[in-house]
Amino acid sequence: MANLSPGDKAVPFELPGVDDRSHTLTDYADREAIAVVFTCNHCPYARAWEDRLIDIQADYAGRGVQLIAISANDAKKYPDDSFPRMKERSGEKGFNFPYLYDEPQDVARAYGAERTPEIYVFDKDGTLRYHGAVDDNYDDPGAVRSHFFIDALEAILGDREPTTTQTAPVGCTIKWR
Amino acid sequence: MRVSFLYYEECPSHDLALVRLREVMAEESISGDVEVIKVEAEDQARELQFVGSPTIRVDGQDIDPPGDASYVLTCRAYRLEDDRISPLPSKDMIRHALRSMAGSRPG
Repeated sequence: MANLSPGDKAVPFELPGVDDRSHTLTDYADREAIAVVFTCNHCPYARAWEDRLIDIQADYAGRGVQLIAISANDAKKYPDDSFPRMKERSGEKGFNFPYLYDEPQDVARAYGAERTPEIYVFDKDGTLRYHGAVDDNYDDPGAVRSHFFIDALEAILGDREPTTTQTAPVGCTIKWR
Repeated sequence: MRVSFLYYEECPSHDLALVRLREVMAEESISGDVEVIKVEAEDQARELQFVGSPTIRVDGQDIDPPGDASYVLTCRAYRLEDDRISPLPSKDMIRHALRSMAGSRPG
């Protein structure tokens, strides 16, 4: 169960990125919308949605949208989710957003994230406007009927309330230590 | 033909994968039950050589033989015919495996 509900404020964080820089939420305070995406390398659901996230970041960067991906999985049990492998994955896929490592799992716990991928979309005031899945079809991008994430972004950018503010995230469970 | 379906509860695609498997079996006129095995513990995963959910075996052969994967409770990634990654195998992957095994059996 997520700790944040629509209307709640974002929980600040500072985490290392695959670019070897430290990233804070306030680094992106000038954006119109910020999407915090809990994801990871190994999970097939996360991987199935990766290209869509890259496309969304590319499509919406010019409108002030910033994705921030965070992996919190226990890399001892799942070595594919280690920080070095995150760096490799980011390079291979050409991630156009920060990919951060929540090794202590504090941020994932603070948000109450449970799955990968799981998205929290905040408006420019840092208020949560959408939480849940990217869309309604992990298996086939061509068969998506409800673009929850994109719809939320369009609503935020249009200063409207998203039609859907919460969905059940679909994916692997976060691998806690 | 012995068809086994191994799954890990926390991977949400297992229901859909099992439906897909049964649909393909029906389309291919393959009768018989699917042996459904719920994998719940790391020890069991190692014992069953379970590389992720869902796993489908036909006469003990994985429909998409894994490389050097480890045996662990996890969700499995399938690379589809169009190179996409998916949490479940396509109907064509399942069909190909069933036909291959059927073709290799003594008549």
